[in-house]
Amino acid sequence: MRIDLKMAWRNIWRNRRRSILTILAIAFACLLLVFMLSFQFGSYADMIRFSLRIHTGHLQIKAEGYQKDKNIRKVVSDPGAVAEILRAQPRVSDFTFRSNAFSLLSSKNRTYGVMISGIDPVREARVTTIKNVIRRGKYLTAGDNNQTIIGKLLAENLKAGVGDELVLLGQARDGSVAASMLTVTGIFSSGEADMDRSLAFITLDTFNRLFFMRGAVHEVVALCQTLNDVKPAQAAVQRAVDGIDSRYPLRVWNWEELIPGLLQGIKIDFFSGIIFYLIMVIVVAFSILNTFLMAVFERTREFGVMLALGVTHGRLTRLLLLESTFLCIVGMAVGITAGALVTLYFQQRGIHISGAADILKSYGLPEVLRPRLSWVTLISGPAVVFVVTFLTALYPALRARLLKPAEAMHAV
Amino acid sequence: MYLQMAWRNIWRNPRRTAVILTAVVIGVWSMIFLGGVMAGMYDAMIENQLSTLTGHLQIHHPGYRNDPVVEHSLDDLTAVKKALSDVLPPGAVWTDRVRVSAIAQNARHSAGVTLVGVRPEKEAAVSFIGHAVTEGRFLKKDQDAYGIVIGRALADDFSTGLGKKIILMSQGMDGEIQSRAFRVVGIFQAQMAATEKAYVFVTLPAAQDMLKMGDSISEVAVLLPARNETEQVVSALKERLPRDHYEVTGFRELMPLITAQIELWDTFMILWYVVIFVAMGFGITNTILMAVMERIREFGLIKSLGMRPRQIVVLVVLEGLFLLALGIVIGNLAGYASIWALAQKGIDLSVFAAGAERFSIPRIIYPTIHMSDVVQANLVVLVLGILVSLYPAVRAARITPVEALAQT
Repeated sequence: MRIDLKMAWRNIWRNRRRSILTILAIAFACLLLVFMLSFQFGSYADMIRFSLRIHTGHLQIKAEGYQKDKNIRKVVSDPGAVAEILRAQPRVSDFTFRSNAFSLLSSKNRTYGVMISGIDPVREARVTTIKNVIRRGKYLTAGDNNQTIIGKLLAENLKAGVGDELVLLGQARDGSVAASMLTVTGIFSSGEADMDRSLAFITLDTFNRLFFMRGAVHEVVALCQTLNDVKPAQAAVQRAVDGIDSRYPLRVWNWEELIPGLLQGIKIDFFSGIIFYLIMVIVVAFSILNTFLMAVFERTREFGVMLALGVTHGRLTRLLLLESTFLCIVGMAVGITAGALVTLYFQQRGIHISGAADILKSYGLPEVLRPRLSWVTLISGPAVVFVVTFLTALYPALRARLLKPAEAMHAV
Repeated sequence: MYLQMAWRNIWRNPRRTAVILTAVVIGVWSMIFLGGVMAGMYDAMIENQLSTLTGHLQIHHPGYRNDPVVEHSLDDLTAVKKALSDVLPPGAVWTDRVRVSAIAQNARHSAGVTLVGVRPEKEAAVSFIGHAVTEGRFLKKDQDAYGIVIGRALADDFSTGLGKKIILMSQGMDGEIQSRAFRVVGIFQAQMAATEKAYVFVTLPAAQDMLKMGDSISEVAVLLPARNETEQVVSALKERLPRDHYEVTGFRELMPLITAQIELWDTFMILWYVVIFVAMGFGITNTILMAVMERIREFGLIKSLGMRPRQIVVLVVLEGLFLLALGIVIGNLAGYASIWALAQKGIDLSVFAAGAERFSIPRIIYPTIHMSDVVQANLVVLVLGILVSLYPAVRAARITPVEALAQT
């Protein structure tokens, strides 16, 4: 076996130029796959984190039916009981309460329909990033009464700035009119156009009073320790809340159900990526098939001699496969190293695509994209290349089995 | 003679040629085919957006696009009509509408929507709504003072249906909140659920009356016979309509996000062409290099017979060119064939509808061929192909007769 290894290694360097080109082709494919997969997975992670942390969270507990029609009467009537359950659940790291009501918001001469959302300023800041996206003015504080923070596009539509007064007109839980004067303390810009255009936050206490909620809320938003904890936590919390006696049964939603477009969008991108990569790997395979073929056909005479000297067909095939494996391993090593270096470089520096900030935002991505190197992205692409290369090399190696010593030695 | 020699040379080893040809064919096919899928997607995205009330160009009050409210309306259309009749090519259609944001409400639900007041007979020719009503009927001229057409998704959200009442509220010209009750006469379906939730349609007189805006309108939308006439018509209209009273905008500017998205994807496609080419390039160089190296004696011979190095370069590059040309032809044919086959039924993304909507991708993609993409892909292959065959060609030209004789 040792001598086979040595022979194989020396054989591939008999035609240096050809081997280097082949190695480069394999390395190129590996490099590209490592970088692209890291890039894709990196942006998915950003996309999920960004989209979930801005408002949605990992889990939401709502009254049955509220998710569909946002009916103000479908409430979680005992948020304290839900809080107990969430506190006892180790996979859940934090949670907050929210209430929402569609209302009219008017400035001096403009009126728009918006979603008024009552939040607990302290808890909300722990669960979502809303506090960090305040662009003007300041965030709500616990004691704030009749203060509001509104989205940037809404502020533009209303022509309202920090300190301006807005009139809120809506319908309370009991059907009575909810009306009040609100002062704008802050303006946020989350990047999600929908949210920036149609959302205004007030404190949960103000909301309770204005909309006559009697302590009830509409949603409990929870954050899990990691994304992998979401599904188990959902099941556990669902079991626990089933035990709460409430007029509307409670239902636990996970983020995939709350924003179905997110995961599906990622799937579309992922699968189309896979198609592109497969085509590339196949092109590379045919590109290097010639090297393997030639390595066999131009050495017919040599193989004849070896066979005549008593080398078995099996050993010959093994030798040939060893040669292509060596080529492949060297190529992979170069490709993986280069791929990892390129990826790490951009992971540090980030990738700016000029002029694309708005589109990226609409996808839920930050302006600076960062690939993220992981074992999966480092290994899976090159592994596919290895398998495909090996299969490619199989055909010429098996062809060598057909050689007959006497005939082969006659070949030029 | 070069051509003949080069052509015969590449067939001296048919198997090798066939293998590298396969690589080139798959590469070129994938460029043409995936380019076709992307082109089909862009076309559908643009067409969908154009028919969703955008049209090829629009005319507004200069303040409207930044701040789309009733105050920014056009109250006198005489100049616009005159300009349109001067400029528009035959076959172009246009309509005027009121478009403002409003609140839709029924007993249980309320939501923010865009209220669109249309002239039913003219609107049907310009935008999708004329043929998108799947339940009930579209609005009728002079007859539907209180009729409203809403989207399927909104109807579902509101748990409402035909004949039910919906109240619209919006700010009128006088600054007061105006409201009016309408009865659902039709429900429309659109490519995107967002469209179904966003727009509600009433007749133009109904909207003008409700918002106390007299004869004013928010926008004029024009549909031209062909998309590529837009720039020309826009600049002609800009000349005729004074800038401080009218703003004329082409569709590219009206949908900046989609335009930017297409540009971004286009960049990715060009990168992809290059990537695929590099993958083939290694094989092309290697194959030609092999073909050269095993013919060292031959090159030495023809050189000693008086062939100049430059002529050898031409010969070898021609061999590479033949390989590429053959690959390009077959790859293109295969590309067209597969695009044609897929275009019959389209690629159905309905399973991922919500995800597709996130990227504003249509639910069904019909691949199509854009000549410019095809030319681009083929040029990339051809130009880079010549470049990579230069290396073996120069190597061949450097072979000296002495070196060749030393070779067995």
